[in-house]
Amino acid sequence: MAHGPAKGIGRWLFTTNHKDIGTLYLWFSFAMFLLGGFFAMVIRAELFQPGMQLVKPEFFNQMTTMHGLVMVFGAIMPAFVGLANWMIPMMIGAPDMALPRMNNLSFWILPFAFAILTSTLFMDGGGPNFGWTFYAPLSTTYAPDSVNYFIFAMHIMGASSIMGSINIIATVMNMRAPGMTYMKMPLFVWTWVITAFLLVAVMPVLAGAVTMMLMDINFGTSFFNAAGGGDPVLFQHVFWFFGHPEVYIIILPAFGVVSQIIPTFSRKPLFGYSSMVYATAAIAFLSFIVWAHHMFTVGMPIAGELYFMYATMLIAVPTGVKVFNWITTMYKGSLTFETPMLFSIAFVILFTFGGFTGLMLSIAAADMQYHDTYFVVAHFHYVMVAGAVFSGTAAIYYWLPKWCGKMYNETMGQVQFWVAFVGFNIAFMPQHFLGLAGMPRRYADYGLQFADWNMVSSVGAFIYGGAQLMLLFNVVMTIRNGKPVSDPKVWEGAEGLEWTVPTPAPYHTFATPPTVK
Amino acid sequence: MPQGVTEVSQAAYDIHMIMVWVCTVIGVGVFGFMFYVMYAHRKSRGAVAENFHENLVVELLWTIVPAIILIVMAVPATTALMKVYNTENPDIDIKVTGYQWKWQYEYVGEGVKFMSELNTSSDEIYGRAPKGEHYLREVTQPLVIPAGKKVRFLITGNDVIHSWWVPDFGVKRDAVPGLFTSAWAKTDQPGIYVGECTELCGLGHAFMPVVVEVKEEAEYNEWLAGKKAEAAEYASTIGKTWTFDELMVRGEEVYTRSCASCHQADGKGIPGVFPALKGSPIALGPPEGHIGILINGVAGTSMQSFADQLSEVDIAAVVHYERNAWGNDVGDVVQPVDVLNYKQNQ
Amino acid sequence: MEANRSNRTLLGQLLLLAAGMFAFAIFVMPPLYDLFCEITGLGGKTKGVYEAVEVKIDTSREVEVQFLASNNESMPWVFQPTEHHVVVHPGEARKVTFFAHNTTGRDMVAQAIPSMVPNNTADYFHKTECFCFNNQPLAAGEKAELDLIFIVDPDLPASVNSLTLSYTLFDITDSVSSPVAQLQ
Repeated sequence: MAHGPAKGIGRWLFTTNHKDIGTLYLWFSFAMFLLGGFFAMVIRAELFQPGMQLVKPEFFNQMTTMHGLVMVFGAIMPAFVGLANWMIPMMIGAPDMALPRMNNLSFWILPFAFAILTSTLFMDGGGPNFGWTFYAPLSTTYAPDSVNYFIFAMHIMGASSIMGSINIIATVMNMRAPGMTYMKMPLFVWTWVITAFLLVAVMPVLAGAVTMMLMDINFGTSFFNAAGGGDPVLFQHVFWFFGHPEVYIIILPAFGVVSQIIPTFSRKPLFGYSSMVYATAAIAFLSFIVWAHHMFTVGMPIAGELYFMYATMLIAVPTGVKVFNWITTMYKGSLTFETPMLFSIAFVILFTFGGFTGLMLSIAAADMQYHDTYFVVAHFHYVMVAGAVFSGTAAIYYWLPKWCGKMYNETMGQVQFWVAFVGFNIAFMPQHFLGLAGMPRRYADYGLQFADWNMVSSVGAFIYGGAQLMLLFNVVMTIRNGKPVSDPKVWEGAEGLEWTVPTPAPYHTFATPPTVK
Repeated sequence: MPQGVTEVSQAAYDIHMIMVWVCTVIGVGVFGFMFYVMYAHRKSRGAVAENFHENLVVELLWTIVPAIILIVMAVPATTALMKVYNTENPDIDIKVTGYQWKWQYEYVGEGVKFMSELNTSSDEIYGRAPKGEHYLREVTQPLVIPAGKKVRFLITGNDVIHSWWVPDFGVKRDAVPGLFTSAWAKTDQPGIYVGECTELCGLGHAFMPVVVEVKEEAEYNEWLAGKKAEAAEYASTIGKTWTFDELMVRGEEVYTRSCASCHQADGKGIPGVFPALKGSPIALGPPEGHIGILINGVAGTSMQSFADQLSEVDIAAVVHYERNAWGNDVGDVVQPVDVLNYKQNQ
Repeated sequence: MEANRSNRTLLGQLLLLAAGMFAFAIFVMPPLYDLFCEITGLGGKTKGVYEAVEVKIDTSREVEVQFLASNNESMPWVFQPTEHHVVVHPGEARKVTFFAHNTTGRDMVAQAIPSMVPNNTADYFHKTECFCFNNQPLAAGEKAELDLIFIVDPDLPASVNSLTLSYTLFDITDSVSSPVAQLQ
């Protein structure tokens, strides 16, 4: 009954197939990753030495802003949505997502949104220059003319995420194969379902924030303008009510990926499945009630500041549970260290390191010295890059053979891993020292005492950038010239419905649902 | 992180070091165990996987023990924060206002107020001159406070949100337009302490450092007295805000004695020889251009520079008069301080 | 057809739900927020006009009230408190003035926005009359003495013996003439 894929460009424009849409999201996110990475290279090139050598401060601020926006909204989020699209139906024994046409729309509005956002760099007055967190009034009264396009792009991107999340929830609630109870679902599916609820809850809040901005800028309202009875700090509350769950939206699917990979290469089931589920839910719940830890220097009353400090510290407990579970999965397993496992192990170590600096940041009195410095920049790059990006990379190496039926070159994979690992740490470890020594973030220039570590960081960043080109090379070479794989299982220790379908996965899988015992 | 020179900076440092040690011990333990597992349980070493995947005791332990560690950490974290918030009963109040891209400091109740701007030249920034030792750490006038006294900072923003940070004081507080936040510092150690703006505020964000000089009390009092005298003198002349009409009156006097001989009393000049000021694009254009003509003269013509001949008050008055007399009616006001700023920024 | 019928019912219910959510947001939320802010005192802003009630003046206690004045952006007026600080007894009504002078050659309108330090004492500072309740128009060159009459609540925590009230003056000449303002 099932047809093969359509021919030509029409296939990609009109597809309702979850595998095709997954592929579209993954390639789009990789292109955005390279674009955001290019902005980072401009930043690190300028910061290589003190003084302004390459760009003006106005443009530098556009680079830092666009780097953040493109990476968070264009690279990381779509990449994990792509993985969700590819893998969730197969993992639960479903033939496709619940709402395939909406799935297509969710993807295709993204290139449109990011074309608009990127085009602002070429407009009069330049692109957004107020940081990816776009605080008012810098982003309202003092914004460049392109700010309305920025707001439009944010709305579109938000709509894409909301639609995608609805799709995931509907799929998982309604289309699991007979016998697959919730507590038998793979962790990747669990983490994505929880993430989808987070998205549905907070993307509208972001939409509210940018709409209030739009009103203040264009229609004379005063949400964030004290003159009219409003408050700039209101913006921060609304933004971070979205912003904190957002970072958990970024990391929870990454947790899910690692929870799939480590058991495979330990040849041992995931330790503590139920606690992993409950811990993920606990993290998601807590993520809603800690937002003001991003605002410790804004002058909150002490009771509020203490509350947010305690609530934030609490998140360490369920997160720690997850880390211990991963390590215990490896304990007394039979370990091999193929590329996906290398990235996953690096994830566990480096994400935990980022978690430690996060715990330090939660201590409000110390945060007086950390806030808005490179210490924070180091923290979030450890959890988002060595965390989410490494996990995404692990996922690509892990599932690519299933997607295209070819095996990547293991040596090339391991080399790419080590270049990325070394480059990443050289780039971001020194940034902790810079922050502690007193260098603020979003600085186009700095005093001479910060010169040495900045130079080291820039070198590391370029190495890390090179590693991403190696990743691209590895993926393309695999698809074109990789050694064919036909074993459905691909990996010796792999378990789950997705490893029962042929390799490469046929265009339509589970047209008839399997029965799960 | 510096230990700094105040109780607050010391508290921040102490809790920071506690956290560093706790995290290091936990990290070494956890990662050490992990490396051991990666070594001992490799398939290539013959390890055969066991099948367990649950253990209630262990899971309860590693949930409860971290929770206890956090509760224990919360105690010093709380006392440290209480120190940060202890702004009661200050000896001195300083109003700090963040501008794009400089700071203004006002000694509340003393009548002393001044701007503190980056003093590093753009030649150094853009590589046209070698960078000095205090590159990006020097300002026109630092904030001066006395040692041994509790200083409270009342902080606001003039335009966008800035943030005032002095690492050695352990003080960082956002400067938000329309509202005031507060912080405090008390140190016994005279010296110069450098800080930064820590909230993105536009293109000059990296170029508005904070410099605080702590002087012994006697020296501080002497300094403050000097500043008050300066302020009083300034207030009665250049710093005074003149009204539209006061400037017109004075401006006409200055015009009559210094300008009318060429530009004529009716402002129409002598065609072909002395340009008309009535309806002149310069008089109707931006004030800076107009001020510039008087300060610099026009090379190759008989319009000389009046910078040395007329005071800032007189230049402001005559420029104001020329912009508003004879039907020019621009309607703006040029203050003597604007002329001073123009001269200083050249 | 059966499926169409129940789909139509569901659609109707969902549309009703969406309409209900709009109504909730527009009619129920604002009063709830006001109530929340009133109960918790969050916001740090001094409230609107205070209806004075008979309070016993606490002569055993003195509170210093300090006044600051700031101009936002390039607001060109002279704006300063006539007295930099006063000492009052809690419960005692006190009048102070602020001097404002429009030194430019055009008519302008300003809005003074108050801010209290320590932030959580805003609840204990009651203004029965304040120039900050309304916008302040001043013609070109005009000067004005602006009144503030306040009472410090006797319930002010005992540990607080000094309050700082700051006003930031904003130029709202343009927004006052805008269509939005005219609607209000």
